[in-house]
Amino acid sequence: MSGSRLAEGGSAIDRSRPLRFTFDGRAHTGFAGDTLASALLAAGVSVVGRSFKYHRPRGLLAAGVEEPNALVRLEDGPRTDVNLRATEIELYDGLAAAPVNCWPSARFDVGAINAAISRFIPAGFYYKTFMWPDWRWFEPPIRRAAGLGRISTSPDPDRYDERHAHCDLLVVGGGPAGLAAALAASRRGERVVLAEQDPALGGAALWRAATIDGLEGAAWVARAQAELDAAPETTALVRATAIGCFDHNSVAVLERLVDRRDRDARRPRLRLWRVRARRIVLATGAIERPLVFPGNDRPGVMLASAVQQNLERWAALAGEAAVIFTDNDSAYAAAHALVGAGAQVVALLDRRPAPPKPLVEAAEARGVRVLPGTEVTATHGAPALSAVTARTRDGATFKLQADLLAMSGGWNPAVHLFSQTGGALAWDAAQALFKPSAMVRGYDVVGAADARFDLGGALEQGWRAGGGHGAPPAASGEARPWTFSAIGRVAAPGKAFLDFQNDVTVDDLALARRESFVSVEHLKRYTTLGMAPDQGKTSNVNALALMAELTGRGVAQTGTTRFRPPYTPAAFGAFGGRMRGELFRPRRRLPAHDRHIEAGAVFEEYGGWLRPACYAHAGATPSEAVREEALAVRRGVGLFDASPLGKIEVAGPDAAEFLDRVYANAMSTLKVGRARYGLMLNELGVVIDDGVTARLAEDRFLVGATGAGAARIAAWLEEWLQCEWPHLDVLVAPVTTSLAVLTLSGPKARAVLEAAGVDIPVDAAAFPHMAFRDGRVAGTPARIFRVSFTGEVSYEINVAADRAGELWDRLLAAGRPHGVRPVGIDAWMLLRTEKGYLHVGADTDGGTAPGDVGWGHVLKRTHDFIGRRSLTRPANLREDRLQFVGLEVVGSSAPLTIGGHLKGAGGDEPSDGYVTSSGFSPVLGRGVALGMVRGGRDRLGEELMVASGPERGARVRVTAPGAYDPTGERLNG
Amino acid sequence: MLLIPCPWCGPRDETEFRCGGQSHIQRPEPYGAVGDQAWSDYLFTRANPKGAGRERWVHAFGCRQWFNLVRDTRTHEIAAVYPMGAPPAEIAAETGR
Amino acid sequence: MTQYSAGRLFIEGLRGQTGWRPAWRSPEPKKRYDAVIVGGGGHGLATAYYLAKNHGLTEVAVLERGWLGGGNTGRNTTVIRSNYYYPQSARLYDFSLKLYEGLSRELNYNIMFSQRGMITVAHSRHDLEIAERWAGAVRLNGVDAEMISPQEIKRRVPLLDISAGARFPVWGGFVQPRAGTARHDAVAWGYARAASGLGVDIIQNCEVVGFLKNERGRVTGVRTSRGDIAANRVGLAAAGHSTVLADLAGFSLPITSYALQAFVSEPLKPVLDTVMLSLATGVYLSQSNKGGLVVGGPLDPYASYGQRGNLPVWAHTLGAVAEQMPALGRVRLLRQWAGIVDVAPDSSPILGETPTPGVLVNCGWGTGGFKAIPAGGTLFAHHLATGRPHPLAEPFSLERFAAGALIDEAAASGIAH
Repeated sequence: MSGSRLAEGGSAIDRSRPLRFTFDGRAHTGFAGDTLASALLAAGVSVVGRSFKYHRPRGLLAAGVEEPNALVRLEDGPRTDVNLRATEIELYDGLAAAPVNCWPSARFDVGAINAAISRFIPAGFYYKTFMWPDWRWFEPPIRRAAGLGRISTSPDPDRYDERHAHCDLLVVGGGPAGLAAALAASRRGERVVLAEQDPALGGAALWRAATIDGLEGAAWVARAQAELDAAPETTALVRATAIGCFDHNSVAVLERLVDRRDRDARRPRLRLWRVRARRIVLATGAIERPLVFPGNDRPGVMLASAVQQNLERWAALAGEAAVIFTDNDSAYAAAHALVGAGAQVVALLDRRPAPPKPLVEAAEARGVRVLPGTEVTATHGAPALSAVTARTRDGATFKLQADLLAMSGGWNPAVHLFSQTGGALAWDAAQALFKPSAMVRGYDVVGAADARFDLGGALEQGWRAGGGHGAPPAASGEARPWTFSAIGRVAAPGKAFLDFQNDVTVDDLALARRESFVSVEHLKRYTTLGMAPDQGKTSNVNALALMAELTGRGVAQTGTTRFRPPYTPAAFGAFGGRMRGELFRPRRRLPAHDRHIEAGAVFEEYGGWLRPACYAHAGATPSEAVREEALAVRRGVGLFDASPLGKIEVAGPDAAEFLDRVYANAMSTLKVGRARYGLMLNELGVVIDDGVTARLAEDRFLVGATGAGAARIAAWLEEWLQCEWPHLDVLVAPVTTSLAVLTLSGPKARAVLEAAGVDIPVDAAAFPHMAFRDGRVAGTPARIFRVSFTGEVSYEINVAADRAGELWDRLLAAGRPHGVRPVGIDAWMLLRTEKGYLHVGADTDGGTAPGDVGWGHVLKRTHDFIGRRSLTRPANLREDRLQFVGLEVVGSSAPLTIGGHLKGAGGDEPSDGYVTSSGFSPVLGRGVALGMVRGGRDRLGEELMVASGPERGARVRVTAPGAYDPTGERLNG
Repeated sequence: MLLIPCPWCGPRDETEFRCGGQSHIQRPEPYGAVGDQAWSDYLFTRANPKGAGRERWVHAFGCRQWFNLVRDTRTHEIAAVYPMGAPPAEIAAETGR
Repeated sequence: MTQYSAGRLFIEGLRGQTGWRPAWRSPEPKKRYDAVIVGGGGHGLATAYYLAKNHGLTEVAVLERGWLGGGNTGRNTTVIRSNYYYPQSARLYDFSLKLYEGLSRELNYNIMFSQRGMITVAHSRHDLEIAERWAGAVRLNGVDAEMISPQEIKRRVPLLDISAGARFPVWGGFVQPRAGTARHDAVAWGYARAASGLGVDIIQNCEVVGFLKNERGRVTGVRTSRGDIAANRVGLAAAGHSTVLADLAGFSLPITSYALQAFVSEPLKPVLDTVMLSLATGVYLSQSNKGGLVVGGPLDPYASYGQRGNLPVWAHTLGAVAEQMPALGRVRLLRQWAGIVDVAPDSSPILGETPTPGVLVNCGWGTGGFKAIPAGGTLFAHHLATGRPHPLAEPFSLERFAAGALIDEAAASGIAH
């Protein structure tokens, strides 16, 4: 093949803007408007890549998204893209590309050794061998040989955008039928989105000779585009591929924004549109089928429509001397185009014994020799085409010198998106193609996608689908509609390819048939047909027809495989869109976040919140800081930000009754002004949350939840109220984030609170443990709870969230003379571990029942509550359940690792429990730990062995939870 | 992506909602009279229809209201929406298998 | 049955690959069988194979509504592992993994089981504590597992962002070295070929539309789209459609069907040599021998029999890959698909007797059925042949729900299996 650029013509290119680029290490020149493929063709490059399995040299086959051969790697460095089709890459100055599956180059490729042994590696050969001595010996080289492009391992520097669009009509495809639909709807004032994958609107009107409404095709397209652009409610997108149809009329459209090396790096590369439309018109066109004959993959063998498109749009002539090989009418147009471009058409071989007379006469009138009943049986040339062997119906063979073979095996409607909607396809035997049959509600399929290959028909169909009134755009001067009648293969020896990308041949199909892989899905999976990056766009229907022929079942009975999204490959990053980094899953920040930064907080994520783990300072490691903070609480006073604690107001005449049902313990007996600790279960009887609930008034409670559970528990209460007990007159209002909670804890907590200024008595007599009071702290209205997670006297001060920073400053200032320390959550957890206080989610898991954590007494209640019935099932009554205990390391002061398993002397179970909470207690000078132990409450004093983790082999003693101040005296001070 | 007709807010994307599974399940009471099997059926046994089924959904990132809907599990088409507490909606005879 | 080997491949190469025989016979259904298995996926085919091989039962038919392996066997992400927390689960899945280790040679079919290991990555202190407990339990269950450092994870998964500034920083994790992937279709085809070779009838395009019962309500056969077939016992192994069949047979199951999506990228030169699961996002991925990155994530959040899947799960799953492995943001998704999985309340399988006499069930594997195929087949065959559950299957009976004896891996680990 010796492609070249015509001296004039080419609707897409701008000859005033030449562009330099390199391909496979060689420099070339093209024009603005070229695709990499058209530029390569015009530059005379014949071999553009190597096939996946046999590494056969390959040239361009197609001109669109269906191109199977020209897969390239674009650029180097972090913006490297691999496996791109050259037909989709718009040329830019300085572009550097290389084919993906060859080394060192496409022209000379070491992997071509595979072609020499191809007879021994047919479809599915790997299932039959590599078992001895072991698969692992063979796998590494196979993995290295497989795969296509080599990606950059640097982080992707690009950004991705996303947009939601709602419209009356979405039109997929900007060819004549799609444009007619969009124009019709737009004129009615509807909100229209049109998505065209090509850089230009127009579809086949850009390269098929046509006249619409008296204008030449391209002129009509330009007029239509101007009208759509001017319509305020219409958006016409180009470079925008509808990649998938989803439920309820939603379609994902991937728009390629700037994809140039020299672009503004701040602009996103791709934009994913999530379009929801009242109606959707699929005007997705059709894809030409290759013919199946030996040597049909040689560089220089192209689809006739690709030859024609390259001429019309890019003035790229694919060869000097062309043979045309067809079994239908459509390729005759390519012959005319070639003649018009000054190329020599050596012959037009039409497999049909009697092609339509007008076609033949028109061709012959331009000097094209038409040979009916003739087919190609072999191609010649290395690496690119130099001649073809043809065979007449009576068996005579002859050779034709040619550097281009333009073939057409008919057209397949692009029904991929339609199929994704769940729409059914029917085999149209008369036209030898699959087309939409049963339509899905909300969808229309028009034009070539519905097998309407006449321009007038397609325009009318689109116009009607768009709701157009009056006469549709009219086509004139068109040749007769295309018809196809059969899919056939040329019976001749040699490798005839069905799937060019995955190297699946006619012989592979015959083998699959022989071995019982006749179901289309088995065929696909066994031979890998249609599973390459092109997803079988040019191969599937040919293969189905061949399998139908081999099995004698007929194509309709053979069926098709399901078409899967995306229609064309789409970058992972596009689906994440803007949801990257913090936006991927936002971490909540405390109201006083900036104060914690000032105080040197080391932040970690806890239950969706970014919280200070500890406060670092010079001269202390984080673990030393934790010990200092814990000691400050035990000996002086600490200030802890407890704002994430869940706070839910539950109010109404039936509030007490409601809480009696959702808590495992009674809340109706709680007195106003007092607070009570409670456990919540799910209906399986599993502990799901705990917290302190206060009774604000007879009919008003403030329910406390864990920080991680706050949102979940509020939703849970709503669900029970709305779905199960709607007759209860209760309101649930989550107020967690409207309040900040700062907790003073330690023997000097009261002194600091008083120093900060509090307008209510806070001494033990007036304000006992488990009570709350409303007042002002440092001038700020506050609700103060006397509850404790540390075992020390504590005041939980609730204020409006926007006062948190100010209160933090005031409490620190007031506490400075008392040596107050900000305390992070690590020390806080250590303090409660010393005390043996349960932490739901750390000490419990999705199987923990209240009895397991010492709450068996809830069964004495007569009131029903969520989960109650589950607590008396056989598995809940077993005595070997895991129970909450304290753990003490024997003979060591080092802390245990959380998660380590424990094993007793006897028993059949691999594990008798595990450590759930642990840390080094500075006040006790040794490790303290809590855990869940099988039948643990009856094993107090027993020694267990640590059975896993770093302390494996250490001995621990089972104790009651709570190593520090077991009688709880310090609380009441 | 489902478009769910919230009875209070109108049609919204499915990402604003949470599916609570089969609707109209009766909680057996009183707890003392419920056998293990009956309790297990209440907790676990579900119709799991291949076709239209009644489900409860909540507009979690919206009005936070629960409601019932009839949805086909094959096509995901929504045939009816109705409030909590209303009697089970009729399901068209053709539920397929 | 033609023996497969490199030598045979060579000889066939010399004569144009024309000597191969069908991988399985495609007979017409007989009027009666000792046992009928409903469902021609991995579990059904393996059950038939082990009925013939372990129990000498060859009057066995596998009835498949569509094509062999067309359900979840051909739609999963091909991960095989046994890093389970509870001893009952670990025994079951490790039994399966061990059978997988010898399966290519046993079936004379290369299923390409590749033990490239699986890493479970912890992204917070809490994750790490769970990982420590989980890995410890796995080891005590007699299964291989070891904790590994962030640096070791980075060495094995170079593309993973382990920096402190990452949205999901890496605190550590654990690895099961014996875990890996296999070629899913080959498992179905290998069992089908071997079962057929032992005399089992494999009948495709045969849908069960009803059950035949005697006057005492015992099932005596099945009504199919290709006629009635009598059977001494009927085993259901039709993941996704278990409740549909149960409804026909007259009993209920605690099962809900959900769509589970999977994603594969374009083929790339090797970039990932292990299986990786992130505890923070629930996303897991591996690279196939063809070079595609195979990615899985959470279930679609509502019941479905539509093998499609919704777009929000794409955004979460693929977005998570781009977030956690930033070099993969440019890698392009080639293909998405979905399978319909049977999910039990505790996400563990249900094996054994049903309330309808004569019908046994193998279902509820949820998202993890592929890895269990050899064990599921062995256990189900044992029960069908002997009338008694295999000891490994006993904890997984339907009765466990009323007893409250759930085996919920997620409850212990906080992540769906």
